Amino acid sequence: MSTADTQTGARRTPGLVPVSETRRSAERAAAPREPSVLSEPEPSGGVVAFWRLLRSELGLTFRRPRNLIMLGVLALVPVIIGIVLKSIGTEDADGGMGALLAATAGNSLMLTFVALSALVPLLMPIAVAVVAGDSIAGEAGTGTLRYLLAAPAGRGRLLAVKYLNAVAFSVAVTAAVAVSALVVGVLLFPVGPVTLLSGTTVSFADGLLRILITVGYVSAGMAALAAVALALSTLTEVSIGAIAATLVLIIVTQVLRAFPQLDWLAPYLLPTHWSGFDGALRDPIGDMSGGLLAFTAYIALFLSTAWARFSGKDISS
Amino acid sequence: MTSEVLLEAGAPSGAAPPAAITTSGLTKRFRGGQVAVDAIDLDVPRGSVYGFLGPNGSGKTTTIRMLLGLITPTEGTFTMPPLTTVGALVEGPAFYPYLSGEANLLRFDAADPSAPPRTAKARAAEALERVGLAAAAGKRYRAYSLGMRQRLAIAAALLRPRRLLVLDEPTNGLDPQGTREVRALVKDVAAEGTTVFVSSHLLAEVEQMCTHAGIMSAGRLVAQGTIASLSGGRAARIRIDTPDLEAAARVLAALELPDVRVGSDVTAELGGHAPERINAELVVAGVAVRGLSVVRTSLEDVFVGLTGEGFDVDG
Ligand SMILES: Nc1ncnc2c1ncn2[C@@H]1O[C@H](COP(=O)(O)OP(=O)(O)OP(=O)(O)O)[C@@H](O)[C@H]1O
Ligand SMILES: [Mg+2]
Repeated sequence: MSTADTQTGARRTPGLVPVSETRRSAERAAAPREPSVLSEPEPSGGVVAFWRLLRSELGLTFRRPRNLIMLGVLALVPVIIGIVLKSIGTEDADGGMGALLAATAGNSLMLTFVALSALVPLLMPIAVAVVAGDSIAGEAGTGTLRYLLAAPAGRGRLLAVKYLNAVAFSVAVTAAVAVSALVVGVLLFPVGPVTLLSGTTVSFADGLLRILITVGYVSAGMAALAAVALALSTLTEVSIGAIAATLVLIIVTQVLRAFPQLDWLAPYLLPTHWSGFDGALRDPIGDMSGGLLAFTAYIALFLSTAWARFSGKDISS
Repeated sequence: MTSEVLLEAGAPSGAAPPAAITTSGLTKRFRGGQVAVDAIDLDVPRGSVYGFLGPNGSGKTTTIRMLLGLITPTEGTFTMPPLTTVGALVEGPAFYPYLSGEANLLRFDAADPSAPPRTAKARAAEALERVGLAAAAGKRYRAYSLGMRQRLAIAAALLRPRRLLVLDEPTNGLDPQGTREVRALVKDVAAEGTTVFVSSHLLAEVEQMCTHAGIMSAGRLVAQGTIASLSGGRAARIRIDTPDLEAAARVLAALELPDVRVGSDVTAELGGHAPERINAELVVAGVAVRGLSVVRTSLEDVFVGLTGEGFDVDG
């Protein structure tokens, strides 16, 4: 600790020493000079600096009360579902509930899949849209964007950091739901082998692995949505606008999916693929590559859009 | 750097120092066709304190935004030191309301890819100390007063040793104490060798603080140079406070002072005359002199002369 302090103290004014040493006061008065600390080699490498900015961004996101409340609410939903299932599950176990719900009463791991099925269509996307939609527009609205760019954060760097941060939040949202459901499930329901949708029974450990795969898949789906929201966020200085636009897109696509006549469109819509995680509940594990391909395509398309828009944008807020 | 320093030190005095900022035909036309900045050729010498003057809406902030890479010029070019060596205050402070002053500074320091992370805390504390915010370092920005916010913005610009400071109206919202402190700060920073480019409405302030100035009017740079060359362009006048107006005017005319004017007092262009000689002549002629002063043209006179008296903004 004391070593670090000494270094800090020593590093604070290194440039001023050479200046006074290399120049006599008469020379100093005669010619303009600049703090020569500036001629030192860049103190931190590109990767270190990038990581520092990303850490700062993550710190803002994961300390902000608004975001913590969203994570908390999402983590609360599996608790409620678990309690409801526990109280009605015993008396109504085979009375017309879906296969998934019925399975839940029999095994603790199934609550995770039930909770994700309930939250993936709308609530989790809302949380992701709020953070990703706010990312650029929010900074533009408060004016901090001009100071970040003058720092200079670099437009490409800033966009990359903003997106990685939104991806981290997507993972956090999915993990919050999964972990909460897992804990509640283990507390309320029997722990043991899991019966899958395809009828086969796998071990508890295998079940955990399948939850991990599900979390990865759903996170990727949310990350694809984050790319859309980020692109919308570069279009406006009002973060509510970017967030609302993302939500409208989600709702419109969910409505479009309800029309059988538009079935040909479904594979191109992002929400269609979100529910694809049920592949992890089959034996052998169902094909999830279609969904992952769609997510990759969405990420590539919308990140390019965001860059095209943000790289040359006049920042006049 | 070393060779550059030696070269500068060895340069004959009077040689034009290298420029910190130059622009050539720099122009910004906003969508809608309005030309906010119209082909300006700035020349900000290195080591100078350059006052960037102009009425509301004359294009000062737009110019600064172009220099900082926030908006793209429609036409023209400019040279600037790299942004990692530039501290900037543009169009007022902007911070994260839910973070403390210190956390805000660390956030912007993190955005600077060349800032050494290990010294960040010490540099933030030093910058806060410098603007008199040390006591409010842990307070949330939301709870800062207008002047405290402005000070924090200046602190952010001072987070590292800079080659250039760009300050857009730095004394906005500051109390007289704060205004004086900013002036002292600018002097300090300039003494360390930093070039300061400061936009302001306060002409008296620019006159005290700056070595050079440029005057904007409706998007055009209408004058530029050292403060002395800008305000020295017009002749100084002598003003005599006396009840014997006519007699005083006759004496001044007899001394062949140009442009003698009689109003509530008597004034004339001083020319090469010594004021004490004129006083002696007046006394000899029996004029009761209550007061005698030499009025030099202020920057304000030049400013108003160049940009007009009208109150309407350039738009
Ligand atoms: N984003 C924009 N879109 C269109 N016009 C703009 C934009 N920003 C500024 N302007 C116009 O450009 C002109 C110059 O504005 P600017 O902000 O540069 O003036 P200024 O000299 O900084 O004024 P002030 O002293 O009031 O700060 C104004 O007429 C303004 O209306
Ligand atoms: Mg302005």
